[in-house]
Amino acid sequence: MARAATTADAFNAVAEPRRREILDVLAEGELAVGDVVRQVGLPQPQVSKHLRVLREVGAVDVRGDGRRRLYRLNGLALRPIHDWVSRYEQTWSDRFDRLDVLLDELKKEEGDVRDD
Amino acid sequence: MSVTTSQSATVTLPADDQILITRDFDAPRELVYRAHTTPELVSRWWTAKRGEMKIAEIDLRVGGSWRFVMVTPDGQEVGFHGMYREIVPNERLVSTEAYEGAPADEYPENATLNTATFEESDGRTTLTIRVEAPNKAVRDAIIASGMEAGLQDALDLLEEVANSLR
Repeated sequence: MARAATTADAFNAVAEPRRREILDVLAEGELAVGDVVRQVGLPQPQVSKHLRVLREVGAVDVRGDGRRRLYRLNGLALRPIHDWVSRYEQTWSDRFDRLDVLLDELKKEEGDVRDD
Repeated sequence: MSVTTSQSATVTLPADDQILITRDFDAPRELVYRAHTTPELVSRWWTAKRGEMKIAEIDLRVGGSWRFVMVTPDGQEVGFHGMYREIVPNERLVSTEAYEGAPADEYPENATLNTATFEESDGRTTLTIRVEAPNKAVRDAIIASGMEAGLQDALDLLEEVANSLR
């Protein structure tokens, strides 16, 4: 599996459990770094690093408020994750479409047996 | 364009390490169960459009193993195997499932525990498959593998369905 692209897209950005925790915290509302640090229980440098990764893929937005920087969740950037599940769903839908055809045949066979 | 009469499988993620797949079938559950437990029948649907079935082995007893291997159009073999843990004919099938191509160093234990239940109502069957992964990383890797399906497969399928309706 390619490692180079670890933080290149939203999917990889949220593959890290701590970053998902941060997103969960931000889902409740806009927060300053200090608030995130308190709620997640990680040292500030680490939180800042994770927030930077999340910002790079657009999963969080930041704005200045005086001396503070406030972070908030950007749901739109997480759209690829929704699409990601959709493709997996497509695999199963394709399988089941075939199963439908097979089941129709089996039903006919069963019907034939009963008719005999 | 609306040509497909098929319905989508519904996939949800009920927990960090789980996948839940559900789908209704217009057939009694005996048939849906048989299609899951008979090698010749599994071979006809399990690969979807991703390849041809090469090996389908099913030793349908608790502690018995199963193995499915398909060959993709570019010649790659994709294999899965597992062991049956619980068998209630026509009702419930619990088995492990391991992807043979998972990098062992990255996913030392990639086997999931899959519980399939077959519920019948008015001649229709609701199939529910709960996939429990050892952890979230494995769960996510499984879902990511669905991306290989890609758009082309979806379009091919659409065409096939359209043709079958002529």
